[in-house]
Amino acid sequence: MSKALRIVVPVKRVIDYAVKVRVNPSKTDVDRNVKHSMNPFDEIAVEEAVRIKERLPSTEIIAVSCGSAKSQETLRTALAMGADTAIHVEVADDSKLQPLAVAKLLKAIAEEQKPDVIILGKQAIDDDSNQTGQMLAGLLNWPQATFASKVEISDTLAKVTREVDGGLETISSKLPVIITTDLRLNEPRYASLPNIMKAKKKKLTKSSPEQLKVDIAPRLETLKVEEPPKRQGGKKVESVDDLIDKLKNEAKVL
Amino acid sequence: MFAALRPNILSRAAAVQTRPIMSRLYTTGSGNSSLLVVEHRNGAVDGATLNALTAAQKLGGDITALVAGGAPENVAKEIAKYGGITKVLVAKDDAYAHSLPETLAPLLVEAQKKLGFSHVFAGHTAFGKNVLPRVAALLDVAAISDITGIESEDTFVRPIYAGNAIATVKSSDKVKIITVRGTAFPAATTIQNSPSEEAAPDAEKTALSEWVGEELIKSDRPDLNSAKRVISGGRGMKNGENFQMLYDLADKMDAAVGASRAAVDAGYVDNSLQIGQTGKIVAPELYIAVGISGAIQHLAGMKDSKTIVAINKDAEAPIFQVADYGLVEDLFKAVPEMTQKL
Repeated sequence: MSKALRIVVPVKRVIDYAVKVRVNPSKTDVDRNVKHSMNPFDEIAVEEAVRIKERLPSTEIIAVSCGSAKSQETLRTALAMGADTAIHVEVADDSKLQPLAVAKLLKAIAEEQKPDVIILGKQAIDDDSNQTGQMLAGLLNWPQATFASKVEISDTLAKVTREVDGGLETISSKLPVIITTDLRLNEPRYASLPNIMKAKKKKLTKSSPEQLKVDIAPRLETLKVEEPPKRQGGKKVESVDDLIDKLKNEAKVL
Repeated sequence: MFAALRPNILSRAAAVQTRPIMSRLYTTGSGNSSLLVVEHRNGAVDGATLNALTAAQKLGGDITALVAGGAPENVAKEIAKYGGITKVLVAKDDAYAHSLPETLAPLLVEAQKKLGFSHVFAGHTAFGKNVLPRVAALLDVAAISDITGIESEDTFVRPIYAGNAIATVKSSDKVKIITVRGTAFPAATTIQNSPSEEAAPDAEKTALSEWVGEELIKSDRPDLNSAKRVISGGRGMKNGENFQMLYDLADKMDAAVGASRAAVDAGYVDNSLQIGQTGKIVAPELYIAVGISGAIQHLAGMKDSKTIVAINKDAEAPIFQVADYGLVEDLFKAVPEMTQKL
């Protein structure tokens, strides 16, 4: 690699994947007073950036998060995993922050930071949109390699294997490029205690939508949030014969 | 999910019949004009395109299908036979051969700008997810992912938090860019139709990226997305060879075979078989979960199945809470027995 690589990794603070979310009583949102952590796909994005840096030590990794003050915890996690610096774009109410707005904030950051690669998770497990990376690529007019399960970065090129419906597909493009991670890309590391301590000293810059001159007004208004219908499960059968009989005569699916 | 939304759609349909004023809003004169982005493979319509077409039909108004590719002729002919299509736009160019979003998105933007569509629909598949958000950003509008219901021309229903909550969202944008959950809408059917066919508008074909190759999984079994019966294996299968038991049972039942993330991560089967929040979403008539505990992320991909069967030796596994029929037994005994008895 002839020049130092700069990688931006956007990360999102979301309700922990293991929490069973509940709709709030006013049916406007889910109950957010529960454990939060870094979006799992973003952990994979940070891990991939750190692995690139382990191969090419001159690489600089900039973690970015857009959200409330608590997003700084998520940025510290990214720093403890191996990111070099962090940028926090603070917004008052992150539940109103939508992918298009985040993509515009990230575009402004990209214009400032001039990265060669931006690695995002393929989707956040809260809104399940699967949009931000693609939107950012569109706004920057950069190539996009979504749902990556293998990433090879060489001097000026990125070769990415993607998980598509029938199997795998490989594409290649020049840098700069947008990559979004699929589950199979890597196994994220746990931050060690010394690294968590070191992360506290790393530089975290604050920014805001106003500073970045981005309008973050939501385009979609959530009219209501409801519980999904409950299934009446729990009926047990005694034997394979019983099961086949029920499927044939009761459910009529065989 | 669909079960919950259906009463809504039905009550609306009932309203259409009894109150003519509603039909004006939803079937004619609404000014809706939709663009359906046709996903295709090997010269045939593919993905959730026909389900997305049903969603577009629910809105009313004209529906234009766009077929882009290196050799789009057959697909254009095929899609023209489906109900509701008023026009087929054909973009024939090798630059579109592998559906790269960098060339497809400018084409869709050009088509939208020239023809003024109010809605753009595609299936929420790897193809639709890849392309439509890029289009939305270029048009400076929100994208609405994975809808399971349509309330009106600007209001849509979609699952969030792995299907543990259902949000109803209203768009304030002039153009609605929508991907459709295939299992939430039936596939459109063919009718006597003779839409006009014309060339799609010209768009810039900047080669930002290059398609290198693909490795597709070949299978004689039904496609996971459209199979009426699905048998899935989890960590309890213990290894890849044991999946042969599920293939044998699947062949007896004309079922597709799927897997949990644990089974995929352990290397038992290919990634493309994963069912769940981050894999495929299926809603077959019969779903048989074998050796799958039933984590939230897995349930997100199958809990709209009509009948769910769980075979697991752990009577406390969460899968039994959603299963219509649960059999607490060692799968290595139960599955071969079932194959033999069917």
